[in-house]
Amino acid sequence: MRNMLSDKVMALKPSGIRKFFDIVSEMDDAISLGVGEPDFDTPWHIRDEGIYSLEKGRTFYTSNAGLKELKEEICNYTKRKQGVTYDPIHEVLVTVGGSEAIDIGLRAVVNPGDEVLIPQPSFVSYEPCAIMAGGVPVIIELKAENEFRLTAQELEDAITDKTKILVLPFPNNPTGAIMEREDLEAIAEVIRKHDILVMSDEIYAELTYKEKHVSIVEIEGMQERTILINGFSKSFAMTGWRLGYACGPKAIIEQMLKLHQFAIMCAPTTSQYAAVEALRNGDGDVQEMRTAYNQRRRYLMNAFREMGLECFEPFGAFYVFPCIKEFGMTSEEFANRFLMEEKVAVVPGTAFGDCGEGYLRISYAYSLDNLKLAIGKLANFVERLRSEQK
Amino acid sequence: MREELLAIVERNSRIDLKELAVILGVEEIDVVNELAALEAEGIICGYHTMIDWEKTSIEKVSALIEVRVTPQRGQGFDNIAERIYKYPEVTSVYLISGGYDLLVTLEGKSLKEISGFVSDKLSTLDSVLSTATHFILKKYKDHGTILAKKNEDTREKVTP
Repeated sequence: MRNMLSDKVMALKPSGIRKFFDIVSEMDDAISLGVGEPDFDTPWHIRDEGIYSLEKGRTFYTSNAGLKELKEEICNYTKRKQGVTYDPIHEVLVTVGGSEAIDIGLRAVVNPGDEVLIPQPSFVSYEPCAIMAGGVPVIIELKAENEFRLTAQELEDAITDKTKILVLPFPNNPTGAIMEREDLEAIAEVIRKHDILVMSDEIYAELTYKEKHVSIVEIEGMQERTILINGFSKSFAMTGWRLGYACGPKAIIEQMLKLHQFAIMCAPTTSQYAAVEALRNGDGDVQEMRTAYNQRRRYLMNAFREMGLECFEPFGAFYVFPCIKEFGMTSEEFANRFLMEEKVAVVPGTAFGDCGEGYLRISYAYSLDNLKLAIGKLANFVERLRSEQK
Repeated sequence: MREELLAIVERNSRIDLKELAVILGVEEIDVVNELAALEAEGIICGYHTMIDWEKTSIEKVSALIEVRVTPQRGQGFDNIAERIYKYPEVTSVYLISGGYDLLVTLEGKSLKEISGFVSDKLSTLDSVLSTATHFILKKYKDHGTILAKKNEDTREKVTP
């Protein structure tokens, strides 16, 4: 039979950590620091609301864009947190995780040949989604000396007359970097000047450890050109519920809704009922989880200082991104040896873009006891590597 | 830092001082001073160990007793509460709103010991009007800790 597969899909690189994944999952006794989801269970009152909705027989489709109550609560929440107003009827779309919003958001605005600016290191989906949307991904390599923030100059340098949209992934997975108000103001100027769109993926918005998270939509003139993506996975520990949302200008949301309608129909109904409860009564849970993450973050930063491992202090998400260049091996070699010799899994920085070379992503979505155990092993390993170098 | 510190030591009073300072983002000396202040102010009243006696071979029985009493003029419930909490087998005494007045928890070696306490000591106190004793059959959760089963990490080991 001749090759029946799509050239475009065939050309997509599989996720960089797949290979590593497979090795780790076969090692039963491996400790992992590689998880990209909260260790907390979904708060019970939220789960209870999901169960209750099933008991009441709410097992049907919702309207395509999502439950009315949920869209209203999303608007209340965005108003409460970011001080920005969205119209629940025309400017909100409930999606299957933030991931779906990334996919259909790009497909809604990209024409063939349009350039999509993607700062890296960043989440693995942006590049393939841009390609499948017919766009040309243009990578902006973020730098450790800028604490992996996007600068106005870097943005300016990447823009051409084909640039359509900038993906803005902060707080960032895998680096833990954040963008503060003055950082955003600087890039907003460039964005307005060149009249481009922004897709701001703020799935980790609740998890910042400095000031409260600032969204680009708070900056003047940005709401009208931004697709704001958020969701319940990270803030409310609801990864398996698969629920996210996009807020944006009516013209864009309308087009996204078409794609969502034809491909998905609607986001899971049970999850939507649970999410209403999360937004109404979940602030306390979020605060509690944020406090716990922050304690672990401080613990890790201190541990790295003690073992002399270079790492900028990240103020967002639940990742740290230490530098391992001193050992003269690639991220993947380091991660492989660490796994084989100490049975601890960390994710090589290159899984999130070539410029992640020389770094590791370490997740602190683990209890302090687990972290202590794993970090003790990292200290041993680092010491052994240093003595080998002598 | 006070509230966060209390929340941590309430869960784990054995936590190392240096580690406590690190995760709170303060100096160790500040933690030491704050703990001393909390103890002096009577906010931290003790450091206990949670034991699931069920898992040992040691026999223990515990009970909740609802007690209705006549409050005394000028003393309210304090006097009678004191007469009850002074017994060492009494582990807690609460003044309660609602259908009865005091909730007393009790630990003993056997059913007999507890029923003996109730009939000989508690019921015979002058201001005690009535008692209702509930024996605890199983503890599922105590002091915010689930005793029934251990939580397992069922997440995929590596995810983007």
